[in-house]
Amino acid sequence: MSNKIWVYVDHFKGEALPASWEAIGAGKTLAEKLGGGVTALVFGSGVEDLAKTAFEYGADEVLLADDPALSDYRPETYTSTLSKLASESNPDVILLPTTTRGREIAGMAAVDLESGVLVDVIALDVEGDQVVATRPIYAGKLLQKTLCAAKPQIVTLRGRAFPKPERQEGRTGTLTKVAAAGEPLVTVEGYQESEGGVSLTDASIIVSGGRGTSNNPALTPPDGMDEKEAEIWKAQQGFKMLGELASVLGAAVGASRAAVDAGYIPYAHQVGQTGKVVSPDLYIACGISGAIQHLAGMRTSKVIVAINKDPEAPIFKVARYGVVGDMHQIVPALTEAFKKKLGK
Amino acid sequence: MKIIAFVKQVPDSAATVVVEDGKVSWGDAPLVINPWDEYAVEAALQQKEAHGGTVTAISMGDESAKEALKHALAMGCNEAILISDPALANVDTRATAEVLAAAVRKIGDADMIFFGRQAIDGDAGITPAQTARILGLPMLSFAASISVEGDTVKVERSIEEGRQIVSAKLPAVFTVVKDFGEPRYPSFMGIRKAARAQIPVWTLADLGIEAPKSVVSWPEIMNPPKREVTCEFIEGDSPEEIAEKLADKLIAEKVL
Ligand SMILES: Cc1cc2nc3c(=O)[nH]c(=O)nc-3n(C[C@H](O)[C@H](O)[C@H](O)COP(=O)(O)OP(=O)(O)OC[C@H]3O[C@@H](n4cnc5c(N)ncnc54)[C@H](O)[C@@H]3O)c2cc1C
Ligand SMILES: Nc1ncnc2c1ncn2[C@@H]1O[C@H](COP(=O)(O)O)[C@@H](O)[C@H]1O
Repeated sequence: MSNKIWVYVDHFKGEALPASWEAIGAGKTLAEKLGGGVTALVFGSGVEDLAKTAFEYGADEVLLADDPALSDYRPETYTSTLSKLASESNPDVILLPTTTRGREIAGMAAVDLESGVLVDVIALDVEGDQVVATRPIYAGKLLQKTLCAAKPQIVTLRGRAFPKPERQEGRTGTLTKVAAAGEPLVTVEGYQESEGGVSLTDASIIVSGGRGTSNNPALTPPDGMDEKEAEIWKAQQGFKMLGELASVLGAAVGASRAAVDAGYIPYAHQVGQTGKVVSPDLYIACGISGAIQHLAGMRTSKVIVAINKDPEAPIFKVARYGVVGDMHQIVPALTEAFKKKLGK
Repeated sequence: MKIIAFVKQVPDSAATVVVEDGKVSWGDAPLVINPWDEYAVEAALQQKEAHGGTVTAISMGDESAKEALKHALAMGCNEAILISDPALANVDTRATAEVLAAAVRKIGDADMIFFGRQAIDGDAGITPAQTARILGLPMLSFAASISVEGDTVKVERSIEEGRQIVSAKLPAVFTVVKDFGEPRYPSFMGIRKAARAQIPVWTLADLGIEAPKSVVSWPEIMNPPKREVTCEFIEGDSPEEIAEKLADKLIAEKVL
């Protein structure tokens, strides 16, 4: 256990989040500068396959805590297992993906190890033996250079900010089995999967809808609906239409807060300052005005397309391509065009 | 039920924030209660309404943070405390958590401790878990609904993968997400009461702790590089023609 760079592999029920592999890639780049290899940490129950995958993405060593006590993620056991290993082996850097679990473990481990966390980092550099991280603050309105004077320097990495390394089938390394530690304070009672689709934060393409989704006078809602019900019904047809475009593109569906607040679509789809922060290769905003809080969640997308009736809508200021028009006419035409051109 | 809600004062989410002469500036935009903390206060008040007891709002910051506390009082919190000390300027999240944990201990016997999920200035989302760890209490994060029976709390958590139901013994620490319901608006009476409220100020000496050590520093804050985007408007005689052109452009961008 001599590597200075550790990477925590975040997973849910054995399914790794892609940001974990991106973190191994970022760890490799750090190891080239700081020396040594990369040690990946895989915690769970029946997760030996994840250890194998970690090698294929570039880990040189895996510390595997495979124990029924770790079958569900609990902050206390996962943190204690990490903290115990780190206090025995003194890594210089621990990288984690910025996920709900990654943030939690990072913060708690920093308490145990009397160190600090550089959160949601988008770029990493090395000065001497110190990691210098760049992270967005004020919802991306500013950037901060930040460092941690204690060791280990605990860093969480924003998903899609670092490239996912090439997977090398059959690559292996040193597998070391380690023990679980800590007493859980919470009990997991149950779990309900979110209704299908691509996860927003991992998506490379997002098709997003705003209040404009309900503005389709051509639709006649079923009899007996009051005005509010009719509006929601119309918006749901609008989102169905966006879903069809999304499925042709293999995209996830996003939404503005106004669409969520109006009851058009669940909160899990909200993009923005009080929703998810996303950075896909392509973001198609339909019937979204482009309020500052919405831009905060998507402005770093590589290519932004805006479809909006109002030529003055602020969304056009961040868009690479714009269409001034009715989304209810443009989007179905776009779906057909892609079907044809992409041979689907 | 003794309930605590931690709130922070931050620049309004609509503010234009820039760096001028190395300092963060939000012009004349107002400082407001952190939007996520409004959800925390809402959740705290709902628990008080369901089970009786009191909600104490606590903020660490300078004198201006009293405004965030007044908002919490106006929403219906019973009392508010400001933690303020010159030694607490620019501390990192762990040092903040040490101070907040000390405040929880000083108040004593808290059953439920609510945090926002993230402060929209530093965007860390770390302080709640660190405070829970310091206090040795269960961390129930991203709560979408909370129910208490006896000394057991059941929480529906909203995580990347869906809904997870967890339970723990009280006392416990919570962060709250939007699914919990929109925070209430302060009532007219609440605003009047809050305006008259005397908010006690606790220093580190009052908390009986030394200034906690910060290890995270941020030597430089920058404006992000300007993104040079000029929007190319796609036009045509029919939706089909526009769609054709746009699809070709996007295929050429190699983002599909
Ligand atoms: C503290 C705080 C946090 C917030 N967090 C978020 C957040 O996380 N995410 C977020 O999105 N917002 C957030 N907001 C809300 C934000 O300020 C805006 O209110 C919201 O983004 C507006 O959503 P919208 O663009 O869908 O609606 P609107 O602003 O109403 O815009 C609708 C747009 O649709 C266009 N349109 C209408 N009909 C059509 C049609 N048929 N075809 C094409 N275009 C059409 C209109 O021209 C208009 O531009 C937050 C606000 C606050 C105060
Ligand atoms: N100075 C502070 N005073 C009171 N509460 C705070 C303070 N800093 C952070 N918090 C709480 O911790 C949450 C997360 O903050 P952060 O980890 O800074 O993103 C906030 O939503 C608040 O509930």
